[in-house]
Amino acid sequence: MAFFSNLSERLNHIFSKLTKHGKLTALEIKEAMREIRVALLEADVNYTVAKDFINKVSEKAQGEEILKSLTPTQQVIKIVRDELTTLMGGDNQKLNVSPKPPTIIMMCGLQGSGKTTLCGKLALKLKKENKKPLLVACDIYRPAAIDQLKVLGKSIQIEVFERGTNNPVKTVKEAIDYANKFALDTVIIDTAGRLQIDEKLMDELKEIKKAINPTEILLVIDAMIGQEAVAVSKAFNDALDVTGVVLTKTDGDTRGGAALSIRSVIGKPIKFVGVGEKLTDLEPFYPDRMASRILGMGDVLTLIDKAQEAVDEQTAKEMERKFRENSFDLNDYIEQVNSLKKMGGLKAVLSMMPGVSGKMKQLENMIDDKMLEKNKAIIQSMTAKERQNPDIINGSRRQRIAKGAGVSVNDVNTLLKQFNQSKEIMRMLKNPKAYGGKMAMMRKLMGG
Amino acid sequence: MGIFKKFFEKLKYTFKHTELDDDFYDELEALLVSSDMGVETAMDIMDELRDTCKQKLIKDTERAQAELKQILIDKLNVQDINFSYPLIITVVGVNGVGKTTTIAKMTKFFTKNKKSVLLAAGDTFRAAATEQLNTWAEKLKVKIIKQGEGADSASVVFDAITSMKAKNMDVLIVDTAGRLHTKTNLMKELEKINNVAKREYPTANFLNLIVLDASIGQNSIAQVKAFKDSVQIDGIVLTKLDGTSKGGVVYPIINDLKVPIIFTGFGEGVDDLSLFDANNFVDKILM
Repeated sequence: MAFFSNLSERLNHIFSKLTKHGKLTALEIKEAMREIRVALLEADVNYTVAKDFINKVSEKAQGEEILKSLTPTQQVIKIVRDELTTLMGGDNQKLNVSPKPPTIIMMCGLQGSGKTTLCGKLALKLKKENKKPLLVACDIYRPAAIDQLKVLGKSIQIEVFERGTNNPVKTVKEAIDYANKFALDTVIIDTAGRLQIDEKLMDELKEIKKAINPTEILLVIDAMIGQEAVAVSKAFNDALDVTGVVLTKTDGDTRGGAALSIRSVIGKPIKFVGVGEKLTDLEPFYPDRMASRILGMGDVLTLIDKAQEAVDEQTAKEMERKFRENSFDLNDYIEQVNSLKKMGGLKAVLSMMPGVSGKMKQLENMIDDKMLEKNKAIIQSMTAKERQNPDIINGSRRQRIAKGAGVSVNDVNTLLKQFNQSKEIMRMLKNPKAYGGKMAMMRKLMGG
Repeated sequence: MGIFKKFFEKLKYTFKHTELDDDFYDELEALLVSSDMGVETAMDIMDELRDTCKQKLIKDTERAQAELKQILIDKLNVQDINFSYPLIITVVGVNGVGKTTTIAKMTKFFTKNKKSVLLAAGDTFRAAATEQLNTWAEKLKVKIIKQGEGADSASVVFDAITSMKAKNMDVLIVDTAGRLHTKTNLMKELEKINNVAKREYPTANFLNLIVLDASIGQNSIAQVKAFKDSVQIDGIVLTKLDGTSKGGVVYPIINDLKVPIIFTGFGEGVDDLSLFDANNFVDKILM
């Protein structure tokens, strides 16, 4: 289950019911709005935010032009999509960079929201962008929090500045002197988790802010947060005037209500989302793309971004040449599986496809990333010659390969069959005229 | 406890209405939904309240509120909790709900009741998790069984049970790695821990407790469901109730998944844990 998949499914269900009506009456729209409200609330959207949202959408959807329109449901979906985008903040907002280094990024948030891990993720991301980050450990309350940051820092080879359980205000000042001295251009400060109503600890954050004037103050929020999202973000923003929000743990079965509630309450953008447990699992947040994804319209733009990250240009060109010349072999297949894995696996890719994201639950059982792994194991059990020229794989070779990969001969047969089919399709795509009849047949088969 | 004082000052019903009209019911519904109990549960409870008020011919808001409070308490389905020893408690939950801190608090709870406690550092996954538990063990002066980061957690549990039996200890509390409930491999590891414990100490009593963070919304239901799929879950420890979070999400968990609340946590100190008190809990929801 991906981020928002629950809400996505429910909204799609509501709209597909509407579509059946063709023309819409005011009553039908009202009923749909009621259902959307329940769907939002079940997705942990704040009570007041959901109410305001429904009021806005209802007002726009009751207009004459909607009721008279030939495709009223499409119009309603568009309104919902636009409002969702607005609710989440429009465009993606990048990290602010200080004109005079170092750029200082300070984290804040409740206990357990994932601040320390985020520090590591952000540091790694900045390092990849050729920045020189310094991590600063200021969580002096939770036992072993400093150790945790040090272990993280070590794993990504980024220095961690700490002064044990000394006063954090003093520590951050020293850290910045240290960064200046060693020309480190970005300072990332981990702070202790705290309740927004804990005045003493909130004062500590204010003092840190006053002492170093951070370029970014990021409020870290667990994406699974419930109705509290509003009270928490409001209190932190009131105290610190944060510059942005990061939602963590969006890879669970997250309903995403926080993403919809926070922006409208404190008016600060969500800059990143944490999408997994690995330190590379951090993505920029695009409200417009997210709105499309929620409504089952897919997120092709993010898919393209991911593909560009996973496959370098040269490999892509090489692949294209092979498709053209039809010299695509099993080695290339492995390459493709690897890229797919880098993009987060088949499920992640499919969930971004238009029309698919609302139906992920049905697909969940049909697709299996393990199948890709299995195929990879089978191919890796082949000789170089067999990979280049699968046609030579006879019965006894099949048996040997199956044994080597720990699968049944049947699995090997299935893989080879799939491979031949995809080659056939590629041949058709290359030369549609020669296969005109077949193409038409295929289109018919696929319901096109 | 400055935080608490502030709370209890606010602890008074804030309804403005005097008549049982739609506005009154709407306001109550908003209050219930805001506690994270989920819109369906909230609507069910409101229906029940409307019926009750009709039946008992209740006309004033004060009595209606008292009825609501009773419905909310009844729905928590509280039963007396008795611990039997030797007791092996395995603490599970997703990342960041406060498992390790909860273990420290439970340790204090049992030592206060004159029970000997042993800890097992079964979270061999998160960086410095063992150190965190170790720090607590030193503070609380209890023994801890640990291996290095990346060790097999079931083997840590095996060692711990051997030690527990040899020294005739009353309670063993096992820390486990936080896991997003969507990760199958880590869930399998929990099954293994449970199997090892039952095999090595068949005469002990077992309690698998799931730690839930009161600030999390409807996702907590999915968390309990997923853990229940791999291991038996005997009870909930609801943490972080010292904030403004109300933790109403336990309603669908108690009623649909039949998992009771055992403890509630309300702070970072070792004494900030108590056996579940339905009356206090409901008061906070209606605050």
